[in-house]
Amino acid sequence: MRALGFIIVLLASFSANAVTVERVISAQGIEAWLVQDHANPLVSMQFSFAGGSELDPLGKSGLAHLASTTMDEGAGDLDSQTFQSRLTDQSIKLRFSAGRDGFSGTFKTLKKHEDEAFDLLRLALTEPRFDDEPVARLKSQIQSGLKSDLEKPNAVASIALFKSLFGDHAYARRSKGTVESLDAIKRADLLNFVKTRIARRDLKIGVVGDITPKRLGELLDRTFAGLPLNPGPAKIRPVKAKATGRVVVVEKDLVQSTIMFGHGGVKRDDPDFYIALVMNHILGGGSFTSRLYAEVREKRGLAYSVGTSIYPLKSSSLLVGSAGTENARVSETLDIVRAEWKRMQQGDISQQEIDDAKTYLTGSFPLRFTSTSSIAGVLVAMQVNTLGLDYLDRRSGYIGKITLKDVQRVAKRLLKADLLDIVVVGKPEGIVSNP
Amino acid sequence: MKRALLTLVALGLFAVLPNRSHAEVFNPETYTLKNGMQVVILPNHRAPVVLHMVWYRAGSADEPPGKSGIAHLLEHLMFKGTVKNPDGIFSRKLAQQGGQENAFTSHDYTGYHQTVSADRLEMVMELEADRMTNLVLDPADVQTERDVVLEERNQRIENNPSARLREKANQTLYPKDHPYGRPVIGWRTELASLTREDALAFYKANYAPDNAILIVAGDVDSGEVKRLAEKYYGVIDVPPAQPRRNLVVSNAAIKGGETILKDARVSQAVWSQSIIQPSLTNGDARRVTALEVLSEILGGGSTARLYRALVIDQKLALNSGTYYDSGARGEGRFVFYASPRPGVDLDTVAKAVEAEKQRLLTDGFKAGELDRLKTRMLSGAIFARDEMKAGAMTLGASLAAGHSVADVEDWPQRLEAVTEQDVLDALKAVITEPRQITTKLLPKGADE
Repeated sequence: MRALGFIIVLLASFSANAVTVERVISAQGIEAWLVQDHANPLVSMQFSFAGGSELDPLGKSGLAHLASTTMDEGAGDLDSQTFQSRLTDQSIKLRFSAGRDGFSGTFKTLKKHEDEAFDLLRLALTEPRFDDEPVARLKSQIQSGLKSDLEKPNAVASIALFKSLFGDHAYARRSKGTVESLDAIKRADLLNFVKTRIARRDLKIGVVGDITPKRLGELLDRTFAGLPLNPGPAKIRPVKAKATGRVVVVEKDLVQSTIMFGHGGVKRDDPDFYIALVMNHILGGGSFTSRLYAEVREKRGLAYSVGTSIYPLKSSSLLVGSAGTENARVSETLDIVRAEWKRMQQGDISQQEIDDAKTYLTGSFPLRFTSTSSIAGVLVAMQVNTLGLDYLDRRSGYIGKITLKDVQRVAKRLLKADLLDIVVVGKPEGIVSNP
Repeated sequence: MKRALLTLVALGLFAVLPNRSHAEVFNPETYTLKNGMQVVILPNHRAPVVLHMVWYRAGSADEPPGKSGIAHLLEHLMFKGTVKNPDGIFSRKLAQQGGQENAFTSHDYTGYHQTVSADRLEMVMELEADRMTNLVLDPADVQTERDVVLEERNQRIENNPSARLREKANQTLYPKDHPYGRPVIGWRTELASLTREDALAFYKANYAPDNAILIVAGDVDSGEVKRLAEKYYGVIDVPPAQPRRNLVVSNAAIKGGETILKDARVSQAVWSQSIIQPSLTNGDARRVTALEVLSEILGGGSTARLYRALVIDQKLALNSGTYYDSGARGEGRFVFYASPRPGVDLDTVAKAVEAEKQRLLTDGFKAGELDRLKTRMLSGAIFARDEMKAGAMTLGASLAAGHSVADVEDWPQRLEAVTEQDVLDALKAVITEPRQITTKLLPKGADE
């Protein structure tokens, strides 16, 4: 524990306009990365705790998500409506969310309400009430959404693809759980979730706005210092996506089939991560310029939306893609996807494509710095992925040094057209499941 | 989604900016070029980035009869190229610089925008100005893009029961031949027969500097923006006078009543009531602001009266609220909605919504309630200023719908002036308005 007040390490400014990241450590040892921005009288904060829905107990999937929707529904002496009214009347934005690998919060307040805003946040983190009424209400809302999802093509396809790729691993489960698993969650489970998971050790905080390091240090202590240091013991086993070229057709009476496909990708800490980003940009990541966009949409008019993305998880990773096309042309679309997968896997990539992808990926990065909350999000991601305080300066270099040979090597390593697992939701002509 | 269709731009905008525009907040610099193109500059120096937008005061409401969908199809085709910049070079050049782009079409307007490193403003301005009048269309490209839009229609409407219900219901809320009664993306049969010539005719009739608004937000020097705007947009000639901006509004009676859609893919029933109300374009500003407050008190989130009554106290619904589209070029719309809990029928939630309207009318405001609402709505201004895009979207939508910059900037004063009686009068008008419909989305086989 450091008792030196707060410590600041300055970082060289990022790009033309100064974005200076400061490392703030409070008197009681809570660390946050801060970008001061005094143009507007507000403070944005994002924070995350390690461990998300993948750690939900068996039979109680959806616990982290339910906690995320109910922690701000009453805390300390304040019941749900009182707590929510305090937030609303003072325009304090507070939202928790649970992902597959993490539990995070986003918070934004006017400068003039920052004392009460941070107090409400502390209450939500340390003394959530989980009263029967709000918990039952939020459960019903989530359950209604889950039932509706069963008829939403995108949700159905995504559930089926994750099931195909992850089998009985926790990653195959939905973060929101199921109707039955939600019924099984009791107040004690929610209390236990907060007790064991909302802890200081893996807490990462990013703050942007009208606040000084000294003031932030005080607020960090008031808000987070009371949390337990260590989270409860919980780890999940690493898992490789088991893509085997399986085709799953989920028959639905729809005019358009929703297609999703995927296999293993690269993790965020993989040395090839940036090379894979460049490769993916060329293949299907670039919105209006990718190969899949050109071949599927622009040249043939097969789909309105088509694309791919790298989907890194903490204990696994995926390369996934999707398209929506009329039932009669699903197999034509799939042929193109597989052909593009093969063409790139075989190294048919031009230097121009590499150069364009690199300038896009470096040039578009500053576009994330146009609101306080998105900058705060970048600050948290930098910490979660241990990218270092000077990452903003180094990122262009990681991408700049990538060569055509690098991308060819990684395309060969990652892309496996014959092993792509494919899910089609709709009434695709001439496509049948092959389990 | 890319090159997306924004049927309800205004509503979407209010969702982001709970309180619409916020005055003396955006503080834009604004002027008009000699050829009539309006310019709005919103400096914001947080990041070395610029947002460049061109809005045309033309949307699906301006389509000729039988050509529904042409405004939106043209929006897609605008990415194809010009003599000087053929074959989608615009998108490629922009992406090479790390830029991002998109476009949207609503009933009232069409917009194109790029976000890019601030030192590339000149490049995007040159490209956007070029395609204002120099679009070249290959017949084969038009056919392919029409297929893309048909798939877009499949994805957004055909595959989505609530979108199909909305489409159906709009024909009963608006009189026959009213432009708001047809979908922005177009009726399927009309969309499928649109041609290159249709697209070019709409383009020539509507895309011109005196029918356009330029908005530049971000890390820019306004003198430099002015110089570039003169250089690229200022030199575009205004074509011979075109009859524009006459929104064809039918005076025929509305069908009204109930629109019901039952579908096997619906598991959660939804009830809604849509009521024609004034918009800022054609209504009294004081009334419009009162309606905004009304929407906030009854339906603005989980502490508002409808949610509290229907969801928390009476446990009849999973959700309930309101929205008010005050930004339309034509009439505005006030909407109530509710999703019942399992086992509760739609008429029961409809009655409960009605009871809350009556309660407000009879009992009025609680002490301090109006002031709290106003404070909250006003503070939305500061949040809006935090996002580079918010001011640009709000001003663009307002100007394109025929409002002035002052309409946007004076909003706080209008809000301050709203009295409890104003809100109750607005509620009375909502309740007694005959032009209204209800919709019911139900699972297949459900009782109505």
